[in-house]
Amino acid sequence: MTLAMDGAPGMPLNRAMLKSARRRERRIFSGLALPALVLVACILLIPFAWLAWLSLFDAAGNLSAQNYARLLRPAYVGSFLTTFKVAGLVTALCVVFGYPVAYLLSQLSARAAQILLVFVILPFWTSVLVRTYAWLVLLQRNGVINDWLLSMGVIDEPLALVHNLTGTIIGMVHVMLPFLILPLYASMKAIDPVLLRAAANCGASPSQAFRQVFLPLSMPGLASGIALTFVLCLGFYLTPALLGGGRVAMWSTQIADAVSKFSNWGAASALSVALLVVTAVVLWGVRRLTDALSFSAGKP
Amino acid sequence: MRSGRVNLREVHKAYGSFRALDGVSLDIKAGEFLTLLGPSGSGKTTLLNVIAGFERPDLGSLLVDDVEFITRPPHKRDLGMVFQNYALFPHMDVFSNVAYPLKLRKVDRPSIRRRVMDALEIVHMQHLADRRITALSGGQRQRVALARAFVFEPRLLLMDEPLSALDKNLREHMQIELKRLHRQLGMTTIYVTHDQQEALTMSDRIAVLDKGRIIQLDVPATVYDRPNCKFVAGFMGETRFLPVERRDQTYVLDGRPLRLADTRAASSTGEAWLMVRPERLRWQGDADRDNRIEGRVLDVVYRGDCNQVSVSLPGGHEVAIRHSGAERQPLPQPGDTLALWLPAEASLVIGSAAP
Repeated sequence: MTLAMDGAPGMPLNRAMLKSARRRERRIFSGLALPALVLVACILLIPFAWLAWLSLFDAAGNLSAQNYARLLRPAYVGSFLTTFKVAGLVTALCVVFGYPVAYLLSQLSARAAQILLVFVILPFWTSVLVRTYAWLVLLQRNGVINDWLLSMGVIDEPLALVHNLTGTIIGMVHVMLPFLILPLYASMKAIDPVLLRAAANCGASPSQAFRQVFLPLSMPGLASGIALTFVLCLGFYLTPALLGGGRVAMWSTQIADAVSKFSNWGAASALSVALLVVTAVVLWGVRRLTDALSFSAGKP
Repeated sequence: MRSGRVNLREVHKAYGSFRALDGVSLDIKAGEFLTLLGPSGSGKTTLLNVIAGFERPDLGSLLVDDVEFITRPPHKRDLGMVFQNYALFPHMDVFSNVAYPLKLRKVDRPSIRRRVMDALEIVHMQHLADRRITALSGGQRQRVALARAFVFEPRLLLMDEPLSALDKNLREHMQIELKRLHRQLGMTTIYVTHDQQEALTMSDRIAVLDKGRIIQLDVPATVYDRPNCKFVAGFMGETRFLPVERRDQTYVLDGRPLRLADTRAASSTGEAWLMVRPERLRWQGDADRDNRIEGRVLDVVYRGDCNQVSVSLPGGHEVAIRHSGAERQPLPQPGDTLALWLPAEASLVIGSAAP
């Protein structure tokens, strides 16, 4: 007696039909992604390839590595370091101001959190340009903040709050804060509050429970918030240009200058390519770090 | 003298107009396994959280070994707790989870190592000490949570439906293991569940809760066989209730006076019911000693170990009885009229409220 029906004569078991049905389904699903692929190719990949191509030619139109060699000049190295310094400082300040806000949001009732969240997201709905000019009004020599401080007698003469690094950082922190708070808040929301009860039950004081349980569990969210903020800072143009008053040479302002002041597309392209590579390296590094911190993918 | 005595006095807790705990008083002996049993919303978890310190009651007293605990923060109570979904720390491995209470108590490293491995051995998890929590099955997490709860030798072990997330076979296995562990460790255990079978299997005593009050507090056999009201009776087993009439000193069902071994449970006023559980019904009886219940067979379902016979009783009540084949009675057919017998000692008349 045989139980195996497979391959019995006259029973093809619809092998061909099932296979073609599988193939048809796969075609339909890949078809759905096609418009997005075309769009990305047209507005991202092709222009970028063109940019990379441009960076390989000197002003006379000859193939050369001149544009990349130029990146090693002190002015460019300086702006490279400034960019990292500003991005690092802004990100650090965003962590200092953002972590408590995200923590508060995660501990509030759903209703209260929703209301407070509107205040976090509100800046998103206002143009960066408008917000940056608003800071200009607040921070300038005879602006609102200097007026207050003078009238209260805290200072004797106006502080230089704008057209320098200070102004750039104040403005950028304001713009970047939601990018840090939102992913952090999402990851804090996912921490089971029962874990803190469990820590208390084990004998942990509220501050021990926070340091030993909540903080480590919020690390993946913090890492992705930091990565997002840092990368956005690296390429940020508007706020450093306006609040820095030409005195804060960020990479992005160098690219803009290369095009608008010197019409040197080759230099601008080389700078852009370098920025892209650095950004990719940072993102990859953070990805490795968050993978190491993540607890969902447990080791076997 | 052993420690781990708990005395609760008049504990009240309200959320708005909802009374989660409505004056609960309860004395738990040292070393006892006490189960808080009740439907959801009965207040059993709230009561456990009051003992653990996660809920502050509006009024009342909680003494642990004669020390007032009511406002003491949870981390200073020294009580072990197993949470419903285990609440293991996902960023720590098995060893670190179990070691955590000891580290907080500043136990030295070699002792931590020894005590954690001992605790893991008791729950049969010593071979998985360096596993990540996410790599464990439900039953394994349960064991780790248990080890973490008793590793620091607390006076009191609290368990909040610890088996509810496990499948049936594992649950029954763990019930027996938990019971054995309780005997081995000897610490007072307060166990919350909504599963009557679990409560009956594991407890020294059961407190049945409803609407924030303790309705009955007794040993499992008494709670099951002599429930003090319709609520407790209905919560235990597959209970059916047949309304009975009160006539002088006795009760009447279908015009026949009931033979009862015990009439204490029924109050003298209000409605009264005869409690009928399928496993107490007999196929044969003695008209002089047992109570006769007549009905019509609705259907007969083959179940392997037995046939389940559903019988419709007068007044639209339905009761299912098992026919195992060992009876002298032949298997009835749907539509047959059937006389079933309930012995006097298994017959209990109860009222709607505890007397």
